[in-house]
Amino acid sequence: MGLASWLILLPFLTALGVLAVPSRRSDLIRWVALVGTGAHLVLTAFTTLQFWQLASADISMAKTATLTKLYFVERVPWFKSLGVDYLVGIDGITMSMVILTSIIIFTGVLASWNVVNRTKEFFALLLVLVTGVFGVFLSFDLFLFFMFYEVAVLPMYLLIGVWGTGPKEYSAMKLTLMLMVGSAFILVGMLALYHYAGGTTFDLTQLAQHHYPVEMQRWVFPLIFIGFGVLGALYPFHTWSPDGHASAPTAVSMLHAGVLMKLGGYGALRIGVYLLPEGAQYWGVFFMALTTINILYGAFGAIKQTDLKYFTAYSSVSHCGFVLFGVASLNLMGLKGAVLQMFSHGVMTGLFFALIGMVYGRTHTRIIPDMGGLAKVMPWLAVCFYIAGMASLGLPGFAGFIAESHVFLGGFFGNEWSDPMLTRTLTVLATLSIVVTAVYVLRGLAKVFQGPITNPHFLELTDAKLTERLATGILVLTLAIVGLVPGLLIDLIESSLLPFVNRLHATGALAVAGHP
Amino acid sequence: MPPLSFILTHAWLIPAIPLLSFLLVGLVLRPVSQKLAGLVATLAVGTSAGLSWLLAWDFLHLVPHGQPLPALVPWSFQWLHFQENFAINLGTLLDPISVMLLVVVTTVSTLVHIYSTGYMHGEPGYARYFAFLNLFTFSMLGLVLAPNLVQMYVCWELVGASSFFLIGFYFEKPSAVSASKKAFIVTRFADLGFLLGILVIGFYAYQIHGAMAPDLLHGQQPLDFAFLTRPDVLARLAGLNVHFLGVGVLTLSAVLIYMGGAGKSAMFPLHIWLPDAMEGPTPVSALIHAATMVVAGVYLVARCFPIFATSGEALTVVMSIGAFTSLFAAVIGCTQDDIKRVLAFSTLSQLGYMMFALGVASFAHPLGYSASMFHLFTHAFFKALLFLGAGSVIHAVHSNDIWHMGGLRKHMPITHALFLIATLAIAGIYPLAGFFSKDEILAAALHSGHTVVFGVGLLVAGMTAFYMFRIYFVTFWGKPRSEHAAHPHESPWVMLAPMAFLGVLSIGAGFVPIPEWVQLPGAPVEHEGIDLAVAIPSTILALAGISLAWLLYGGAPERVDNLVKKLGGFYVAAKNKFYFDEFYLFVTHSVIFRFVAQPIAWFDRNIVDGLVNLGGWFARTAGLLLGKLQTGQVQTYGSWLVSGVIAVVFVLWGVLKSGGN
Repeated sequence: MGLASWLILLPFLTALGVLAVPSRRSDLIRWVALVGTGAHLVLTAFTTLQFWQLASADISMAKTATLTKLYFVERVPWFKSLGVDYLVGIDGITMSMVILTSIIIFTGVLASWNVVNRTKEFFALLLVLVTGVFGVFLSFDLFLFFMFYEVAVLPMYLLIGVWGTGPKEYSAMKLTLMLMVGSAFILVGMLALYHYAGGTTFDLTQLAQHHYPVEMQRWVFPLIFIGFGVLGALYPFHTWSPDGHASAPTAVSMLHAGVLMKLGGYGALRIGVYLLPEGAQYWGVFFMALTTINILYGAFGAIKQTDLKYFTAYSSVSHCGFVLFGVASLNLMGLKGAVLQMFSHGVMTGLFFALIGMVYGRTHTRIIPDMGGLAKVMPWLAVCFYIAGMASLGLPGFAGFIAESHVFLGGFFGNEWSDPMLTRTLTVLATLSIVVTAVYVLRGLAKVFQGPITNPHFLELTDAKLTERLATGILVLTLAIVGLVPGLLIDLIESSLLPFVNRLHATGALAVAGHP
Repeated sequence: MPPLSFILTHAWLIPAIPLLSFLLVGLVLRPVSQKLAGLVATLAVGTSAGLSWLLAWDFLHLVPHGQPLPALVPWSFQWLHFQENFAINLGTLLDPISVMLLVVVTTVSTLVHIYSTGYMHGEPGYARYFAFLNLFTFSMLGLVLAPNLVQMYVCWELVGASSFFLIGFYFEKPSAVSASKKAFIVTRFADLGFLLGILVIGFYAYQIHGAMAPDLLHGQQPLDFAFLTRPDVLARLAGLNVHFLGVGVLTLSAVLIYMGGAGKSAMFPLHIWLPDAMEGPTPVSALIHAATMVVAGVYLVARCFPIFATSGEALTVVMSIGAFTSLFAAVIGCTQDDIKRVLAFSTLSQLGYMMFALGVASFAHPLGYSASMFHLFTHAFFKALLFLGAGSVIHAVHSNDIWHMGGLRKHMPITHALFLIATLAIAGIYPLAGFFSKDEILAAALHSGHTVVFGVGLLVAGMTAFYMFRIYFVTFWGKPRSEHAAHPHESPWVMLAPMAFLGVLSIGAGFVPIPEWVQLPGAPVEHEGIDLAVAIPSTILALAGISLAWLLYGGAPERVDNLVKKLGGFYVAAKNKFYFDEFYLFVTHSVIFRFVAQPIAWFDRNIVDGLVNLGGWFARTAGLLLGKLQTGQVQTYGSWLVSGVIAVVFVLWGVLKSGGN
C-alpha cells in the first residue's frame, strides 16, 4: 500500500483506535486522536518532501502538457462492469489540500481538548469525517470521489446535530440538505461525463483524454460549477454556511470552513475546468460576475453581524468568493490564486473558528456588543485574533495577500474568451472588498478586544492554555510561512496547474464568441 | 565605478536588523524583561543607523565629485513568480533618494527610540511599544529600498499596520481605538487606488515587456521601477491608444498610484486620519506621523516621477492638491488648541509643500524635484524635534491643550530653547534648515512659471510662521494657566539628548548639499544658491507672521477674542476642521452601513435564506400530504390500484386511438 492510501487510511485507523478505548478514559481518547493526527502530519510532511523532489524534476514537462501528472498512483479495479476503480494519487493541488487538511485536523483536535460530552463518539466521528475529506482530495476516480464526499458529509450532520449549539438540528438539517442538493447536481454532471465518454470508466485521467462535444460541455459545466459551488458558498446558495457554522462545535467549524468548503473550489477546478474547458470558456465570465457578488455581498453582510460566528461565516462567503473568482478567471494566475486562497482561507478561517471557540469557552457569549476590552485579560488570544484579522484583510506577510494578489492579477489580466472590459470591471469591483474587509475586521475586533472592559466578570478570565497556544501558534505560523516564503507552496501547485491552462488553450480554436 | 563595498552589497542588513529585533523583542524578551526589550530594540535601530551612515558615505564616493550619482540594485532575489516573464524580486535599490531616506529614517528612529526609553518609562505595554516601533522601522526601510512597485506596496501596507497598532497603543482608550481604525481604513481606501494603479500599469507594462527583445530588458521585470521609468517604456505607455473615461493608461495609473500616496501623506481630502492619529504616544507621532511614514507618499511620487512627468496631467493633479492642502491645513492650524494637532496640521501643510514642489517640476525645470526631497530631509528633523519637544512639554504638564500651559520657558529652559530652534526652522528663518529647503521650493515654483502656486507657497510660509509662533508663545510665555504648568519639571536627559541632536540637525541640515546629490536622472540642475527674489519676500512674510503671533498671543488675550469675533463663522468652521470628519462619518455610518450593509444582512437572512426555507417547507408539506396516502389499509391500496389500472387503460386507449388516426 502506498503513501496516498496511507494518507486516507491513517485517520480511519485512528478513529478505530479511539473506538477501542473505553468511554470513561476520555483523556486517553484525546491522546489517541492527537497522536494519530500528529502522525498524519508527519506522514504528510514526508510525502510532501518526496512529492516535491519528484515534481520538481518534471517541471519542464508541465509547461506543454495537457494532462496533469500524478504521483504515488494506486489503482485497484473495483466494479469492473461499471469501470469503477479504486484510484488514488497525488498532484500539486492535492498535495497542498492534504497539507491544509492535516494541519487543520491536528489543530482541531487540540482545540477540542475540552469536549466532555460523549468524547469518544465525537473524536471518532471527527476522524471519520476527515477520512472522507482526504479521500475526496486523493481520489481520481469520480465514483470514488463521490463516495468519499458522502462519507465526509454524513458525520458532519451528526456532529452538528449532537454537539452543536443553538438551533443545531435545524442548522444540521439545512446544511446537509443543501449540500445534498448540490451533490445531486454534481451526480448528474458526473453521469453525463461518464456517459458521453462511452460509459466505460470513471477514471478522471482517462476522461480527461476524451473530447466532449461543445454543446454537452456547455450544459454540464454549470451543473458541476453550481453543484460544487453550493459547497464553496457560491451566492445565492451559501445560506447553509452562516447557520451551519454558528451551530457547529469548534473543531467542526474549523474543518468545515477550513477544509470542506474547499472541496467546492477543488471540484469546480478539477472536474469543471479540467474536464470541460470549453464549458468553462463559455461560462467563465458569468461565474466571475456571480462570484464578484459573493465577494462584496459577504463583506458587506459581515459589517452588521453581531455574532462572532456569523461574522466569520459571512467573511468566509466573501473569501470563498475569491476562490471561485480565481477559478472562473481561467488563467494561470487566477487558478493559482484560487488554490492559494483555498489554502490561505482554510488556515485563516480555521484559526478564526478555533479562537472564537476559545473566547466563547471563557466568556460564554459570542455576541460582539456584549464583549469589550478582552485584550487586557487574554493577550495571547487577542494577538492571534488580530493576526487572523490582518491576514483576512490581506496584509502582506500573510498567506491571504499572496492569494489575493494572484486572484486580482488573474482577474485583471483576464482571458481571451471574455470581454476584457467586463473582466476588468469585475476585478475592480472585487478589489473594493479590501476596504470593506478592513472595515468589518477592525470594527469587530476593536469591539471585542479593545476599549475598557465592559463586564467585571471578564476580569477573572484567563489567557490561552498550552494546548490552545499550540493550536493557534501552528496556524499563525503556517499563515506567516506561506506569506513570507510563498514559493514553497507555489512551487508545489504551479506545475500541476499549467496543464489546466494548456488544455484551455488547446481548445481555444474551437471557442465561439458570445456569452450566456 | 569602483567595486562596491561590503555595506553597499549588504544593504539588506539595514532593514533586517530591526526585523530580527522585532521578533526577538516581541516573542522572547517581552515577557522576560521590559528594560532589556527597550535596550535591544534601541541598539538594533542604532546599529542600522550606523550602517546607513556608512552606506551613505560609500555611496557618495562611488563616482568622482560633480558626476551624477548612480541608481543600482546590488542585491535581489525572486520572491513571487506570477507567470512566465512576470516575477517580483525583492531587493535593495540604492539611489540618491533612497540613500537619503535611509539616513533620515534610521537617524530619527534611533533618536525616537532613545527618547522613548524615557518617555514611555513605566508604561504597562513598554516592550510591546518597542516591538512595534522596530516593526515599523523595518517596514519603512523596506519601503525606502523597494526596487519595484510590489515591494513598495507590501511595505506600504506593513507601515500602515504598524502605524495602526501604535496609534492604538493605549487600547483601553476608546478615542485611541477609533483613531487607529480611522487611520487604517482611510489609508486602506487610498491603497485601493494604489493597488488598482499597480494592476493597470502592471498589465500594460507586462505586454510591453513581453514584446521587447530579451537583451534589451537587462533582467528587469515589468513592475520594476527601473523598467517603468525607462524612456522607451514610458513612450510606449504614453502611446497606447487605450482610454478609460477619456483618460489615457499612463495618466490613469499615475493618478491611481498617487491616490495611495495621497492617503499615506494625508493629502486633502484623505487628510482626516492624520490629526486623529495624534492619539498615539507622542514619540510615535514624531517618528511615524511627522518624519517618516507620512512622507512615503511624497517618496512614491518622486520614485515614479518619470511616469508622472510623462503624463503631465497627473503632475498637475499632484501640484494642485498639494498646494491646496498646504493652504487648507495652514488655515486650520491657526485655530487648533491641542499642541499635537497644530503640529499635525503643520505636517499636512508641509507635506503639501513637498507635493506641489514635485508637481511644479518637469524635465525642463527639474529644480522642484530636488527641492521637494531637500524639504523632506530638513522637515524630518525639525518636525521630529517639534514633536519630541511637545512630548517633553506634555510629559511635564499632563495635557495637550496649549491653554493649560504657559510660562514654561523658565522651568524647562532646554526644552524651550530646542523648541524655539525648531520653530524658527519651520518658520524659514535664515540660517536654519527650513529656510534653505523652503527657498528652493518657492524658487522652483516661481521659475517654472507657476505663479499662483508660488503665491500660495509664500502665503503659507507666512501662516506657518504665525501658527507655529502662536503655540510657541502660548506654551512658553505668559503665565502658567494650570496647576501642572506652574510646577513642571524639565525632562530627563534621555529625552533631552536626542532632542539636542535633532536641534543640531535643525540648524545645520540646510547646509547639506542635498540638491546637488539628489537630482532628477537625466535632467541635471545647477544649484543656484540663495535666490534673493524669493528669499526676501518669504523672510519678510515669516517675520510678519511671527510679529502677528507676538501681537496676538504674546500679551493681551482680548485681542484674540476680538479677532475671533470678527472672523465669525469662518473661524468656527476652521476650528471644526471644515466639518470633514462629520461628513465622512455621515457617509460611512448613515449611508454605507445603513443603506448598504444593513439591507444586505437583512436580505440575506430573510429573502435568500427565506427562499431556501420555503423550498424546505414545500418539500416537507408535500411529504406530509403524500404521507397521508400511506394508510396501511389493504382496501385503500386496492382501490388505488384498481383506479390506477383503469386510468392507465383509458390513457393507453386514448393514445392508441389518436395514434391510429
